[in-house]
Amino acid sequence: MNMSKRWGQYDLLSLIRMIILLFSLFAANTLAETSRLMPVVPGHALTFPHDYGAHQDFRIEWWYMTGWLETEDKKPLGFQVTFFRYATDQNHDNPSRFAAKYLIIAHVALSDPAAGKLMHAEKTAREGFELAYAKPGNTDVKLDEWTLVREENGRYLVDMRTEDFGLQLALTPTQKVLLQGENGFSRKGLEPEQASYYYSEPHLRVTGTVLRQSKPVAVSGSAWLDHEWSTAYLDPNADGWDWVGANLDDGSALMAFQIRGKKGGKVWAYAALRDPSGQVKFFSPEQVEFTPTRTWQSPHTEAVYPVAMHIRTGEIEWQLTPLLDDQELDSRQSAGAVYWEGAVTLTRDRQPAGRGYLELTGYVKPLAL
Amino acid sequence: MKSVSLSRWLLLGEWRAHILQVIVAIMAIAIGIALGYSIHLINTAAFNEFSAASKNLSGQSDLQVHGRSAFFDESLYPMLAKYEGVALANPVLELDVVMPNKLQNRNDHKLKIVGLDMFRATQISPDLLGVPVEGKRLDGLADDAIFLSPAAMEWLQVEQGDVLSLNAGLQTITLRVAGGLVRARSGQRIAVMDIGAAQWRFQQLGLLSRIELKLKHGVNHAAFKAELTKQLGDQYLVVEVTDQETRIANMSRAYRVNLNMLALVALFTGAFLVFSTQALSVIRRRQQFAMLRVLGFTRRQLLRQIVLEGALLGMIGSLLGLGLGYAIAAMAIQFLGGDLGSNFFPGIKPSIDFNPLAALTFFLIGLGVTVLGSMAPAFEAVRAKPALALRSGSEDAALSKLSTPWFAMFCLMLAMLFTQLPPVFELPIFGYLAIALLLIGGIALMPRFAARIFTSLQNVWGAQAGAMVTLVLARLANAPNQAAIALGGILASFSLMVAMAIMVTSFRVSVDGWLTHVLPADLYVRTVSVGDQGGFQLSEQKAMAGLSGFERVDFFRTQQLRLDPGRPEIMLIARPIDSIDPRNTLPMVDDAMTPTVLPEGVTPIWVSEAMVDLYGYRPGEKVSLPIGKAADTVFNEFVVAGVWRDYGRQFGAVQMQLADYQRLTGDTSVNNLAVWLGSGATLDAAMANLRQLPFGDALEISKSRDMRALSLEIFDRSFAVTYLLEIVAVVIGLLGVGASFSAQTLARAKEFGMLRHIGVMRRQVLVMLAAEGGLLTAMGIVLGFVLGWAISLILVFIVNPQSFHWTMQLHLPWGWLTMVAVIMLVSAAMTALIAGRRAVSGNVIRAVREDW
Repeated sequence: MNMSKRWGQYDLLSLIRMIILLFSLFAANTLAETSRLMPVVPGHALTFPHDYGAHQDFRIEWWYMTGWLETEDKKPLGFQVTFFRYATDQNHDNPSRFAAKYLIIAHVALSDPAAGKLMHAEKTAREGFELAYAKPGNTDVKLDEWTLVREENGRYLVDMRTEDFGLQLALTPTQKVLLQGENGFSRKGLEPEQASYYYSEPHLRVTGTVLRQSKPVAVSGSAWLDHEWSTAYLDPNADGWDWVGANLDDGSALMAFQIRGKKGGKVWAYAALRDPSGQVKFFSPEQVEFTPTRTWQSPHTEAVYPVAMHIRTGEIEWQLTPLLDDQELDSRQSAGAVYWEGAVTLTRDRQPAGRGYLELTGYVKPLAL
Repeated sequence: MKSVSLSRWLLLGEWRAHILQVIVAIMAIAIGIALGYSIHLINTAAFNEFSAASKNLSGQSDLQVHGRSAFFDESLYPMLAKYEGVALANPVLELDVVMPNKLQNRNDHKLKIVGLDMFRATQISPDLLGVPVEGKRLDGLADDAIFLSPAAMEWLQVEQGDVLSLNAGLQTITLRVAGGLVRARSGQRIAVMDIGAAQWRFQQLGLLSRIELKLKHGVNHAAFKAELTKQLGDQYLVVEVTDQETRIANMSRAYRVNLNMLALVALFTGAFLVFSTQALSVIRRRQQFAMLRVLGFTRRQLLRQIVLEGALLGMIGSLLGLGLGYAIAAMAIQFLGGDLGSNFFPGIKPSIDFNPLAALTFFLIGLGVTVLGSMAPAFEAVRAKPALALRSGSEDAALSKLSTPWFAMFCLMLAMLFTQLPPVFELPIFGYLAIALLLIGGIALMPRFAARIFTSLQNVWGAQAGAMVTLVLARLANAPNQAAIALGGILASFSLMVAMAIMVTSFRVSVDGWLTHVLPADLYVRTVSVGDQGGFQLSEQKAMAGLSGFERVDFFRTQQLRLDPGRPEIMLIARPIDSIDPRNTLPMVDDAMTPTVLPEGVTPIWVSEAMVDLYGYRPGEKVSLPIGKAADTVFNEFVVAGVWRDYGRQFGAVQMQLADYQRLTGDTSVNNLAVWLGSGATLDAAMANLRQLPFGDALEISKSRDMRALSLEIFDRSFAVTYLLEIVAVVIGLLGVGASFSAQTLARAKEFGMLRHIGVMRRQVLVMLAAEGGLLTAMGIVLGFVLGWAISLILVFIVNPQSFHWTMQLHLPWGWLTMVAVIMLVSAAMTALIAGRRAVSGNVIRAVREDW
């Protein structure tokens, strides 16, 4: 296992989750003031292909893709692509074509062990002038020259190139869409509107070209896509969350999270496990339990993170072991968040089960002065 | 005795004995350097701050695309954003918005608001981003938020969280002060808001001021620029950062250079004074030097001694001058601003930056001038045969070499020649050289002139006049060189003062007459305009024109056009112009082409003098200008029907018939109107009527007499520094008179002693001295007047048109000149008298004995 590759990948993932975190916090704070955006409600059936497209009545929405690629000489590469659409809830009456009603944010990252580092780029723009948009009806997102398009036949085309690296990929579904939560209604807290609409497309087959130092390399591999949209994501009393997403070796997929309250304890929790046959088992908040088994204190921020975690989903016991303790990310210079996000290996009832990512937010303590 | 201690002994001895002259010499050089240095410091500081602020606004782009007028359609933005080779396109809407609570200061009531897309700007002008308060990140996009620089907050007396009222067209809008800026230059008054919000709130929907481009790596800038220019056509200008810099430099160059020249004049006067002080001091000590030679002092040692003296004076004076100059500059910037109160660089606050190189340059100028001043007489003193020089009365001969008529004639001829030469880099370099040569030539010609005049006076009066008159005239006629040196200071300062006075008066009288011509109506109304859109639409025009008591209403549509990326915008003024005789409307310079001569089917325009100088427009010529409907070809052909005088806009202005403008552009909005009241209507009633209109609050109504008064006030303020320099020149000149007279009278102690011996009363000697001083000064004044008049001709007819591109008529301020002449005459005579009292108060016997 190549460490540098993993490292790069996790850095970027944490960045994305951090942005989600920021936006979510913001969304929670301002929901009360606005009635223009719609809440996420239970019992709403997702309809496709319509729900592949953008949902402008919701505050935040993202299409999120990660995957592992292989070059023709069997060298592994990691990639990650995210497009966010964010409703500013401003400029409702502004007739200007520049009126910033929606923002499009995009990230692209390429983990290349040969380069020994992560290459990544990000962009933000307001929707308008056909330069940046997220269109309803089907997945069709654009930010300047970066595009993510879903074709009629379900195949996704991604084109994200920068001056020195980039990727042009085609991602073809091999499994059905996986609806998270109650038919795509994924709760995040006690309040019913604290939820998102959420579906995943695991096991996308990838072919295409990756640009490294502006040189094209043919690649193939597999990936997974998340599409999630919401107006109020996080409870205002929430302190942070612990989240894990894992690809299991037998073809199953596990996703579990808990949202911690400011006064300790969990505000909400959730887990879903899809077996290779396609059967999904959902776990209620009481059935999901995160128990720290070892903590690590960051020498940088003095924050204490439960880097090794025991998770129980119903009867199943999962043990998460970090590849490295120090996978903390300090972005206070730019966006202000500090958290831990890192590679973990999983065991299921003490048997090796797969690989995943653990994300730990809201653990920052003030610096001792 | 060792030569070093001898040298020190000689120096200290001399300085102790003539401490006053030493002080005067040091002061003269210090004042000259101080003025030159302080003006240099102020100008540099103002210019640097101005360009830094402009650069701060335009960011780190590779290229900028501008329209021909201030705004263009936003559809260019997506096109450029997708253009091959463009890495980033940053759209900008820049507005100068009138602040309603600052209206009382008509010249300084605008806030620059930059409308930005923060996501695009972050890579090109990150300093200009607004800083919202914690948790209000989206304020950067809000349609009601504005971010202010610290200077703007201070100016407007608001803080984060306050509400700010601004005039947008005919409405008043309120915005929320959402925070500060990432980084604004100290004193820079700017505001930033979201571009979409700015377009909407200030009624500029669909418009941009410019698009800044960052190119991809490896794109050839020059080739890209050429390609894009071709692609975009004449409608747009593709501008590089260097063009921007040229444009900024062009904007203020004439102003800066002229101030620098004035400072050089002060330096020149100071230098002349130092020269005369040094020369006289060396001449006075000819016998002392001859004695040293006889005692074994070598020529080289002597030369070194004299030059060392001069160098020491120069060093002390220059150092003092640098300190003084720095202090003056700091004070001037503190109290008057970087443009010395002329409002040339609004919205910035410069701070002085000490540049060692500039300081060294000014120090060397001061030192060099002083050393040169001592060199000429030193060489003469060294070359003189000791035996001859030991004798009394040889002083005048010593100076004769300084006054060869050929040199003077050569200077004057060259000056004449220079007046005929064109400007260099659009600056009147040769004009200023001609002034310097006129001064040098005039002063060099002085001794001959003095000799000639006083000899003829002697011939006329000598026989019948009394002994005293004979003595005075004989002295002046036969020792013309010493007289000339005394005169030189007066001549230099008085002639410069006369020149400046004539120039300023000519300018002021011309401006006054021009104002009467261009402001013929009773009232002028304008919208508190935003950007470049005409604020009054047809309905509002109708409402205003229909008010009672108005006999005639003229509408004006003004707009800025950019013809050359390296130059500031020109002003287009469309208004009704008397087509039978344009002179009734415009202050024409020459006879305008009569309408019958104008070619058929071509729209006439009348251009300001600057257009002729800067863009080469000639009457009768056909030119093409970017005035037209934006949709089709923007350029239209016009014929230059005449040239008018414009003291308001030195970068150029074009006037055309409003009807022609509306026909070509389809734009029926106007910005200003001129109102003539009918009989019986009062100004106040008319203003009240206007105020009662629904949009009355947004109107800026000015009485034409107030506008005239204000314009003249601004004029006077701009020239305040000129008056200051004139006074300094006069003081330096008087110091020169005092210094040279006291030096001369001391040197002539023997002569006075002899006169006392042969029975001349002490009082008579004093009268003689006063008469000498008075006569000399009178001649200096007459000659100074002639010289000053000649210089003023250069200033009025060469320097001004070449730097500011406007002409004026010559007007002489007789009263003021007479007054100054009398003051100078009296003070020179008094100075001579006071200096003389010392010479005749000594022991008569000793004074006579000294020589024998």
